[in-house]
Amino acid sequence: MCLAVPGKILSTTGDDPITRSGRVSFGGVVKEVSLAYLPEAKADDYVIVHAGFALSIVDEAEATAVFEYLTQLAAEDGEEQEPAP
Amino acid sequence: MKYLDEYRDPDAARRSLDAIHALVTRPWTLMEVCGGQTHAILKFGLDELLPPQVELLHGPGCPVCVTPLEKIDRAIALASRPGVIFCSFGDMLRVPGTDRDLLAVKAAGGDVRVVYSPLDAVKIARDNPARQVVFFAVGFETTAPGNAMAVYRAKAEGLANFSLLVSHVLVPPALEAILASASCRVQGFLAAGHVCAVMGYEEYFPISVRYRVPIVVTGFEPLDILMGIHMCLTQLEEGRAEVENQYTRIVRQEGNRPAQLLVSQVFEVVDRPWRGIGPIPGSGLSLRREYWDFDAERRFDLTAVGLTPEPAECRSGEVLQGLIKPSECAAFGSRCTPEHPLGATMVSSEGACAAYFRHRRQ
Repeated sequence: MCLAVPGKILSTTGDDPITRSGRVSFGGVVKEVSLAYLPEAKADDYVIVHAGFALSIVDEAEATAVFEYLTQLAAEDGEEQEPAP
Repeated sequence: MKYLDEYRDPDAARRSLDAIHALVTRPWTLMEVCGGQTHAILKFGLDELLPPQVELLHGPGCPVCVTPLEKIDRAIALASRPGVIFCSFGDMLRVPGTDRDLLAVKAAGGDVRVVYSPLDAVKIARDNPARQVVFFAVGFETTAPGNAMAVYRAKAEGLANFSLLVSHVLVPPALEAILASASCRVQGFLAAGHVCAVMGYEEYFPISVRYRVPIVVTGFEPLDILMGIHMCLTQLEEGRAEVENQYTRIVRQEGNRPAQLLVSQVFEVVDRPWRGIGPIPGSGLSLRREYWDFDAERRFDLTAVGLTPEPAECRSGEVLQGLIKPSECAAFGSRCTPEHPLGATMVSSEGACAAYFRHRRQ
């Protein structure tokens, strides 16, 4: 129930914030999803959806954080192993 | 798929594991809160790749598993009533009640319908004005916004034939209950990323301080989980106990404010019993007085549905609290299987017993 994969908003429908919805593609499977809780969501955004409600927009700038963390670890490891001058 | 496959990269996972092995100097016990994380850990075998000193306990974050037997029996009683259309998320249908499950009600002719969204149940109510439509509103903070919206819209539309059977639960009080227990072995938590997408993680600051426990908000893909474990172990090795966020691409500290607002308008916090664990103060949500007309337990007379004890052989309560692993239960894999489950932890796609049966089978 708490599992969700990111889906891409293809298009949005409606102006009323309560009933606004979007067509969201999950790897090609398209579902109608409520955007009531993401008033700022727009086409091409990736969103996390639970029980038919989009609840969070994927932050593109943060999407590489995992890899930057690994790079930073490797760099720290390298510093520690560097011989003293 | 974008934002999915890259977080399953084997080379990056190997580097992450190497970093964890280089970091650990002592035994540590962590708990991943969410059943979705448990399944990912078992599916990808992450627990077997960690240093032997690092133990992962599997937490209570499976809404299907912790829904009390009494609520399941009430759902079965409601679904069995002539004229009722009973709507539910699919994974509740095979959860054993006292003498049968919702699927058996459906097989016997009951109108039990699986819906993807609670708004589908509202539509069914709209399309069937002569029938009573009951939606089984279960779940953690991730499903509460949708269920709140369903009842909010039903009220706005004056849908007199729609109601909710509510069994909502909240994560932070369960963490406190685990930490306050004398038998608690948890030294650090991987908090459930999607619950935090809704609620943010400000609620965890006082818990982390009070119990001196690191809490790392963590995602669901292998690289997320390994990074969450690394962050949590780093805190433990350095003697820190803080709230950190691994899952920054999805979770903001404040969470989703519009969702929190509607949830708090429709629901109020109540004490709630957890199946296999017992009552936890302030751990559930119930409809506010303004929405009592939409409460199935007030609309229908359910007093005949009594309280029955849990099957003695099922040890799901201990599994849900991280006290035993599923494979330590004598019934596991023999008298208890996904086809013939004794308890909900063997049924649900988020249950720890189901994860062990599917991916480990020992």
